[in-house]
Amino acid sequence: MTSTKKTAISRRSTLGLLGGAALAPAVLPGLSGFAQAQSSAPIKIGFQLHRTGIGAAYGRWYERTSNAAVARINEMGGINGRPVELVIEDDGTDPKRGAEVVEKFATQHECDIGFGTLFSHVVYGSAPRAGELKLPYFVCSEGHHVASGALNRYVLQPGITDVKSQVQAMAPFVADNLGKKVTMIFPDFAFGHDHRDFFSEAIEAQGGEVVAKIAIPPTETSFTKYFPQIPRETEVIYHVMVGPAVLTFVKEMGEFFGPSRPEIFGFIDSLEAVDLSSPGLEFLEGTYFWEGNPRYAQADQSDHDKAYRAAIGIDDNGASLTDSADVSTYAHMFSCWETLNVIKRGMETAGYQGPADRVKLIEAIEDMTDMAHSDDHPQGAKLFNGKTHQVFGHQYISQVEEGRLNVKHTTAIEDGFYEDEVDYTAQSF
Amino acid sequence: MSDISRIHLLHAAMVVALVICWFVLPVYHAGNLARIMVFAIYAMGYNLLFGYTGLLSLGHALFFGAGMYGLGLAMHLGGVFAGPGILAGLITALVVSGVVGFLALRTSGVAFMIVTLMFAQAGYLTVLLFGTYTRGDEGFVLPQATRALMGIDLSDAQNRYFAALILFGIVLFFIGWLVRTPFGRCLVAIRENEERARMLGYDITRHKLIAVILSGTISGLSGAAYCLLFGSAQAAFAAVPYSIFPLLYVLLGGMGTTIGPFVGTLFMFYLIDWSGGNMMVAGVVLVALALFAPTGILGEIRRRFTPWLP
Repeated sequence: MTSTKKTAISRRSTLGLLGGAALAPAVLPGLSGFAQAQSSAPIKIGFQLHRTGIGAAYGRWYERTSNAAVARINEMGGINGRPVELVIEDDGTDPKRGAEVVEKFATQHECDIGFGTLFSHVVYGSAPRAGELKLPYFVCSEGHHVASGALNRYVLQPGITDVKSQVQAMAPFVADNLGKKVTMIFPDFAFGHDHRDFFSEAIEAQGGEVVAKIAIPPTETSFTKYFPQIPRETEVIYHVMVGPAVLTFVKEMGEFFGPSRPEIFGFIDSLEAVDLSSPGLEFLEGTYFWEGNPRYAQADQSDHDKAYRAAIGIDDNGASLTDSADVSTYAHMFSCWETLNVIKRGMETAGYQGPADRVKLIEAIEDMTDMAHSDDHPQGAKLFNGKTHQVFGHQYISQVEEGRLNVKHTTAIEDGFYEDEVDYTAQSF
Repeated sequence: MSDISRIHLLHAAMVVALVICWFVLPVYHAGNLARIMVFAIYAMGYNLLFGYTGLLSLGHALFFGAGMYGLGLAMHLGGVFAGPGILAGLITALVVSGVVGFLALRTSGVAFMIVTLMFAQAGYLTVLLFGTYTRGDEGFVLPQATRALMGIDLSDAQNRYFAALILFGIVLFFIGWLVRTPFGRCLVAIRENEERARMLGYDITRHKLIAVILSGTISGLSGAAYCLLFGSAQAAFAAVPYSIFPLLYVLLGGMGTTIGPFVGTLFMFYLIDWSGGNMMVAGVVLVALALFAPTGILGEIRRRFTPWLP
């Protein structure tokens, strides 16, 4: 156990020392057995799960994916000969509870690491505690927070690309194939602002321009008053609406434009866990989406994707094998699978035995670069930047055709590169 | 022993017990206690208005958020040290509570609840609106190196615990003293019978306004302390649930008691923790408590055993 409480001389520690000294001869014969038990004890991975709260739809699938990944790792012999155990705590998608859960992992459950957070505000709420507790904290968030340098050396994002990289990689396709005059419709909070800022910059670099930026307040339930703000010169609408009102958004956009609409490009975040055949989504036919990982099995589907779907129990349409209406968050949840495999590789490289080796684990992951397309990385090959603690990878652009998403373009890993904004390796542990 | 001596002894014993807790509790629970003390300050601020004055606000997250962002933005963007940061948090909460109190106290009863709720929602949306500076819902973190006061690293578990305890102790003794002053007695008189207090010649509006300002500033102190001690600020802390939490803490612990808010915060924290975040379990327990102990834990103890309880 790693104790983070620094009490120079406390009553408890004094009593503990005295008691320990007195009892040592009696228990010494058993100590070697205890050490042996420790070496085969499970590696505990604290899973900070959005089981309730606004992230619950994602959380459900993050949990299934992580359980499947851990089952596979254990079938393959675990990590360094030890089984892996997921210790799951619900953070309610709340930053305060998130920080408490991180503390719980480190000081109550005695987890080796923390893992799995998706929503950025929970990451921001939890990361300072992870750093203070010196608990390696692997997030699956796609936020730019890690690579921006806002966090600390104990926070890493090796399983999914960040929004800045994703948006930058999309811009050339949008400019070359859909149009150069773009109107952005985005939620008026940090996630939407990231899209607004990063995409505006990226499309200008492609010779395009954002002709209007329409921010929608997060409490909005009807969108008709916003559509007249779309300039007539608009060639492409770029939308990243999220939340329960997204179906209304699409339906009202369809009613506004009728049969003659500009090109439409969106982020699948809007429709994760939503069946594309839901009433009202017919208007999306022919429109384009970014997908982190293609929801529908493609004609050139890799064996790695087949194995990944089978392990979690997902059909070729991205829905549960047992309930076709239970649509997954396929574009994001691979991050759990891949992050757990990165952790495995990192622990094996570092010869990880316990919390004392946490620094070695982080250094081992910082030294990683190439991650080949494999069963460990079914979404595609990746390149990890140890300085920024951020991974880079392929992005998929799909078009809705007859109610399913077909991949039209896959970006190169390099399309998402940008200048380093931080060097975490220069920070002390 | 007089009641006053008993009260002093109770408060002092509580602080001493919390000091001892650091040395005897496991690391996890000691860490929790630091959090609980910070939120108990929030609950004590709320209790001053709700428990002692009888004004039910549904918008205290605004004051908590004002303290949090007052300190957070001053340190994050202004680059000030923790000391001036705390002052910035307190001043922000004081000004916000003064303005809200001045306007909201033109109403009473249900209207007061709704007006405070609306102000808080406006505050929450303001944080989102100025996302360029506040980073909206995502929030921001205060670097560990900046979270020091007079050379003391407040990100260290022990320092954080005792910083929270000092603040908690100051607020506890302050409120314990305040409610026994003529001003505090008048607040209780307003709660019990506002018209009678008015007929006795008290300036009810002035007393209520001061109560809102004190309550809001103490709540702001809690928000600033959370940001400083735990290193982050998010809009979620200014949202509706964080207006409801102090109400629950106070109702559970015992409204109009000095240590009830702490007991309520402690109870609620572990209720959520032990139920694994399952709010259904928490909800059932809360309903049971409301049915069988409507005056809260401390209220029930006072009614049955210790009528002198402050």
